[in-house]
Order: sequence, then structure tokens, then C-alpha cells
Amino acid sequence: MRAWIAFWNILVKDMRSYYLKPPNVSWGLIFPLAWTGMFFIRSGAGLDSIPALLPGVVGVSVLFGTTSLLAVTVTFEKKGRSFERLLLAPIPLELLMLAKTTGAILFGIANAFVPVVMAAFLTDLSDVNWLTLIPAVVLIAVSSTFLGLFIAVSVSEVFEAQTFSNFFRFPMLFLCGLFFPLEQLPIWLRPLSYALPLTYGADVLHASIHRPSHMPLVLDFGLLVAFCMALFIVSLRNIRRKWIK
Amino acid sequence: MLTGLARPDAGTIHIAGIDCSVRPKAAQHLLGIVPDESNLYPELTGYENLCFCGALYGMRKHDRQARARELLDRFGLGEAAGRKFAGYSKGMKRRLTIAAGIVHQPQILFLDEPTTGIDVASARQVRRLIADLNAGGTTVFLTTHYIEEAERLCRRIAFIVSGQIVRIDTVEDLMRQTEGRYVMQFAVAGSAVGLGEAMAAEFPRLRCQVIAEDSIRVESSDPVRVGPLVRFIEEHGIEVSEARKVRPSLEDVFVRVTGIEATAMKREKEKAGAGA
Repeated sequence: MRAWIAFWNILVKDMRSYYLKPPNVSWGLIFPLAWTGMFFIRSGAGLDSIPALLPGVVGVSVLFGTTSLLAVTVTFEKKGRSFERLLLAPIPLELLMLAKTTGAILFGIANAFVPVVMAAFLTDLSDVNWLTLIPAVVLIAVSSTFLGLFIAVSVSEVFEAQTFSNFFRFPMLFLCGLFFPLEQLPIWLRPLSYALPLTYGADVLHASIHRPSHMPLVLDFGLLVAFCMALFIVSLRNIRRKWIK
Repeated sequence: MLTGLARPDAGTIHIAGIDCSVRPKAAQHLLGIVPDESNLYPELTGYENLCFCGALYGMRKHDRQARARELLDRFGLGEAAGRKFAGYSKGMKRRLTIAAGIVHQPQILFLDEPTTGIDVASARQVRRLIADLNAGGTTVFLTTHYIEEAERLCRRIAFIVSGQIVRIDTVEDLMRQTEGRYVMQFAVAGSAVGLGEAMAAEFPRLRCQVIAEDSIRVESSDPVRVGPLVRFIEEHGIEVSEARKVRPSLEDVFVRVTGIEATAMKREKEKAGAGA
């Protein structure tokens, strides 16, 4: 019970201090809006293209929303030594890191639904399979957040977190099948695609909105869960190795 | 290591019967930690910071709110409770950081350099608070470069040089080393430079040292007779303006045990603090 009091208060503090701050809320709205507008205008295919674009925009919104904030906030608190205060509290490290990441996960999920809400005004979403789309958004948010955590633990400066995040994020835009089908990628790049968690999330998003999936959905979900667990475990191991000497 | 932020490479740590080398998290609810930097959350108010720190130790909402208010009043921060931590002065930040360390009423409190870099009034207030906590039953581990502060506040003192404890003892036992030593200090009107060797030659049983241009220190294992010394100095054309007996301090013990000049160490620390 005591640990859950700490969990809840860390989450509430982070939501108030970071995720619900006006600049971040506006960023969370403007960013998906800009992506949607950009791809919609670029495709030139009219409103019919929205279902094909929507999975990509949802995926990108979650990826950027989670990794940007988490990598920076953890690095910022580590640098200011306030993170030490959390490490010294009588909370299991696993629960502490879940508390620190839950805010980013919720922020990512909220970001994902900005383009969905916008699309609902422009096109018919009655064929969307929400039973697969919602779990996919949640798992993409969790895996992206844990990727952000992995990055935050690997660096010591805020600018390094941004640079290192981009090293992962921008290739993922092209390699994960968000906007371009994997079959259009050179064959030698495809193994890299399958090593990225977003590839499986994007497959479920596409399958939920407008086309059949490339892989069985069970496999997509299973691999997303496996990536989440692996990233979290590796991040915890790195925290124990680097921050608890 | 005791706080759980570093792992021991050998040996064991037991806190209140808990083996912390095996279960480092198990004893953390018994510990309060005040780091050398005031590392609270700049975007939260003083009151919110204390409530948040209470929550980290599992305190319920009503309990932590009441405790936060109590501590803010006790630490003289009641009026600043609603102000953001970022806007506090250094002394206020230090006091709030100490309050955050004891919000959950720990049995053991670790204080790292609690008065470094703060004004005299705040430092006195912090020392008083530490003494009160200790009198109230809290075990306090105090790390400091200010030896007079350790002498004033602590019962047992460990001298640490390059990460090694070179001596650990009670203040009384450490000070016993200085028993049977007599120290006089002479303030002179002119320059005493060069007089030390002449005095040593004239009074071979005394240890004479020019410690500043206008100050001479004389140490002896017997009571020092002032008259011959004053006459000797004045025969060299230097007027003695003051002669006083000096009580040997813990700093003298530190210098004797470690061979490190305490003032040099303190200067280094202050330089580092000013540069930070």
C-alpha cells in the first residue's frame, strides 16, 4: 500500500510538472495536426486517403510524444539530482520506474487519439476495429516509452537524450511500415525493420483501420509485449549498473 | 553505501537488524537523507515538496499534510510555504531540504555538508535544528569540512582521508590528545617575520611559530611563562599588543592525526563551493 501511495504521487507530480503543462499539451495537439496536414496535402489523394494515412500518423504521434518527454524529464531530474530522492525512497525500483513512465504512456495514448478524433470529422471510421486498435496504441505507447527510458538511462545530458532519440526515431519513420509498406524497402533493410517494435504496432494499426495485416495479429501483439518487457528489463539493469554503483 | 546508492564490494551493512548488503531497500524507510545539494523540485512549492517527499515514504494524505505544515513552521518557512522552491534563498532551500529529509520521522538522518554555502544566520539555525533532532532521539550522521561544526554538534567523530577512516573516537577522547599541551598566541604591532627561528634558539623547549605577519604561536608541554617571551620580542623592537592563552581545538587534533592543514582543506572546499 505504501509503495502504491508513492507510485500514485510520482505519477500525479509528473503529470502536473511535465505532461499537463500548456507547452506540452499544445505540442501534443499541434504535432499530430501538423503530421496529418502534411501527409494529407502531400498525398493529394483527397479525403479517401485518410484511412491509409491514419495508422502512420497515430504511430508517429505516439512515438514522438512519449520518447521526447520521457527521455528529457528523466535526464533533467537525474542531472538536477532530484532523481536521487526517488532512488533513495523505499519503493522497489521496478515500481518506481513504472511510476516514472506511466505519465509518458498516458501522454502518448492521448497523442494517438488526436489524429483519430480529427479523422472522425473528415471520414467514416465505422469500419475501424477498435478492439485491436486500442490495445495496439497502448502497446506502442508502452514500448516507445520504454525506448525513451532506455535512451534516458544511456545518456547524461538533456541534449544527448534528444540526439540519441532522433537516432532511433527518424529511421523508424521509414523502416516500420508506417507510411511505406515494408515490401517497398530494399531487401537488405528489412531485417532492421523487424528488429523495431513499431513495425509490429504499425501492422496492427493498418489492420485495424484499412487493410489486412502482414503478420498474424497474435504474433504482432506477442512481439510488442516481448519488446516492452525486454526494453524495461534492460533499462532497469542499466539503472542498477549506472546509477546504483 | 549505507543509504543504498552504492553497493559494498566487501563486508556487510546492518541497520536496525536489517542486512542492507543483501536487502538494500529494506531499511530505507528508517533513513532520512539530506544531500549536499538542495535537490528538491524547483517547480513545486515548499509545502508541495514536503507533501511529495512524505508520499514517497508512503505517508497518507492527511498525515503528510499535517507534518508538512508542522515542519514549515518549525523551520521558519511557514510564510514561504506557498512559494515555489526555485524562488527560495540558499538558506531557505537548505532548511527545506533538511525538513524533507525528516518528513517521515526517520530514526537515522544522514546530513551531507548541511551548512556549506549558506549565510551565518541560516547556518546557526540549521545547527540548532540538528541539535534538536539529535536531542529528540534521531541518530545523525553529519559529513562536514567544518571541524568546529563537528566539534560543536557531534559526539563521535571519524576523520576520513582519501576515503579511509584514519581515526574514529568520541570528541572527549580525541581532545584528550591535547591534554598537557599549553598554547599561547602573541599579537604584535610590527612584523614578526623571521622572529620564529630566533625564539626557537632562545627557548629550545618551546615550539615557536610565526603564523601570520603579526602573530606568533608558542606551544609547550609545560605552562608557558609569558614575561620572558614578551621581553624577548620587545628587545627585537617589536611591540606586543596582546598575549592570550589558546585552548587546543579539534582542528589541532585533526592536523596532528592526518597531517592535513584543516584551513587549507576548508579553503579548497569553499573555493569549490563558490565555483559550483
